Amino acid sequence: MASLVIAEHDGKVLKDTTNKTVTAAAQVSTPVHVLVAGSGADAVAEAAAKLAGVEKVIYADDPAYAKMVAEPMEKLILSLADKYDAILAPATTNGKNYMPRVAAKLDVPQISEILKVDSPDTFERPIYAGNAIATVQAPAGKKVITVRTTAFKAADATGSASIEKIGGAGDPGISKFVSEELSKSERPELTSAKIVISGGRGMQSGENFHLLDKIADKLHAAVGASRAAVDAGFVPNDYQVGQTGKVVAPELYIAVGISGAIQHLAGMKDSKIIAAINKDEEAPIFQVADYGLVADLFKAIPEMDEELTKLGY
Amino acid sequence: MKVIVPVKRVIDYNVKVRVKADQSGVDLANVKMSMNPFDEISVEEAIRLKEKGKATEVIAVSIGPQQASETIRTALAMGADRGILVKTDGEVEPLAVAKILKAICEAEKPELVITGKQAIDDDSNQTGQMLAALLGWPQATFAHKLEMGDGKADIEREIDGGLQTVEVKLPAVMTTDLRLNEPRYASLPNIMKAKKKPIDEKTPADYGVDVTPRLKTLKVTEPPKRQAGIKVKTAKELVDKLKEVGAI
Repeated sequence: MASLVIAEHDGKVLKDTTNKTVTAAAQVSTPVHVLVAGSGADAVAEAAAKLAGVEKVIYADDPAYAKMVAEPMEKLILSLADKYDAILAPATTNGKNYMPRVAAKLDVPQISEILKVDSPDTFERPIYAGNAIATVQAPAGKKVITVRTTAFKAADATGSASIEKIGGAGDPGISKFVSEELSKSERPELTSAKIVISGGRGMQSGENFHLLDKIADKLHAAVGASRAAVDAGFVPNDYQVGQTGKVVAPELYIAVGISGAIQHLAGMKDSKIIAAINKDEEAPIFQVADYGLVADLFKAIPEMDEELTKLGY
Repeated sequence: MKVIVPVKRVIDYNVKVRVKADQSGVDLANVKMSMNPFDEISVEEAIRLKEKGKATEVIAVSIGPQQASETIRTALAMGADRGILVKTDGEVEPLAVAKILKAICEAEKPELVITGKQAIDDDSNQTGQMLAALLGWPQATFAHKLEMGDGKADIEREIDGGLQTVEVKLPAVMTTDLRLNEPRYASLPNIMKAKKKPIDEKTPADYGVDVTPRLKTLKVTEPPKRQAGIKVKTAKELVDKLKEVGAI
């Protein structure tokens, strides 16, 4: 039949996680349609229409979808579900929020955070914090899937799909968005940055993170942190890379003062190149690092900054 | 107001997981089992509601083997009032768990169900949302802060990029994230008291739910291993290497 991808966006910009989910969807069932649920999100619908491999964009424009509140999202997706044999969303906090509701109402199991499509009904997904990979086969019927987007390449913007505008499917009126506080940053987002530099407990304080900020500014990198650094109150929770935080897979991951607990490794071990700076030679992070520097970070980071300046960064 | 807290017995979070040689699953023989850490946070939050006079009764529910009664006892020792054990061996998928919980909610009529956002074994992150959908209730997932109001709750959620507050009408389902609270340790007197608290024993059939897994696990394997690379001596050498391989 076809697959339906639920777009991730902020009302203005289509998120890269959508492009990656389209790639996964094309391996499950074609043609691929994308649902943009938003309020005044015309630019998002237009961006989605440019994704290679997308046949049609369905744009549901209604105030109920402005913040993708789970209950109206469930109703909307269910109203379209008949025409699709697979429904996919990126495993973002939005996708994780509304998708299980859809699966439950369709009376099908959800397949969470797939890493790979082995065949249209067989998928690989991480269990036990990524310490094991399960290969699961879905039963006949509709498939409801969330996608770990770091495991898929992004569909490029060479397509030209049609856009069909539809109205809302109704708001059950049992929940409403009140407010949000988003961290403001000029830097790229952790999950889509090409380079990530993260600090751990070894940073010793929140102020010391400015050492990493300087490198990040030079390399156009995102700044992350280990759970230890977050729990110690150095930086807010949305910096957290790890099993209980964000899962990242950038081209380059630089771990600074991070020992490499299993929980942290689960969030970054699929990075293409890993560099680690730690004064403890025995730190487990060195077992996964391509380049390890055993040094005091308070000396090494300023030196690194200086070297980058010399090279014109 | 009644609060229901589902608790799952899982491999202890400190245990290093080993995949079985025949790829049939993870080795659970002689491994320490504990309450799912997110569920401990749920129990703690429910007990705090009771201590603040907002909740009248906290019911801990577990779906699993006979030993899951120990997990319920842990919740009772923390301060829950009674338990329900739905006995079944083998793996139960989130959808089946949600169906059993739905039947329990219809019988007990709680105003709030607090679940962990995910169990650390199958990492599904589905049960709370599925339960809410089946009941037609609202949900607030990944809760960071709960404020109970009159017939409603304001819940701050951890989302990508920051925090979001939603208002849900009660009854509702909330799923807990790590920073909601720090669960207490049960005191010895409370552990002793918990032994006297009642646990009802049921089966999935009592609720008319078929728990046969729908997904077929074909195999469970080790993730690909990364090889350790080289050590560099100086920050300059590190920068040079990264430049050389085109990483910067």
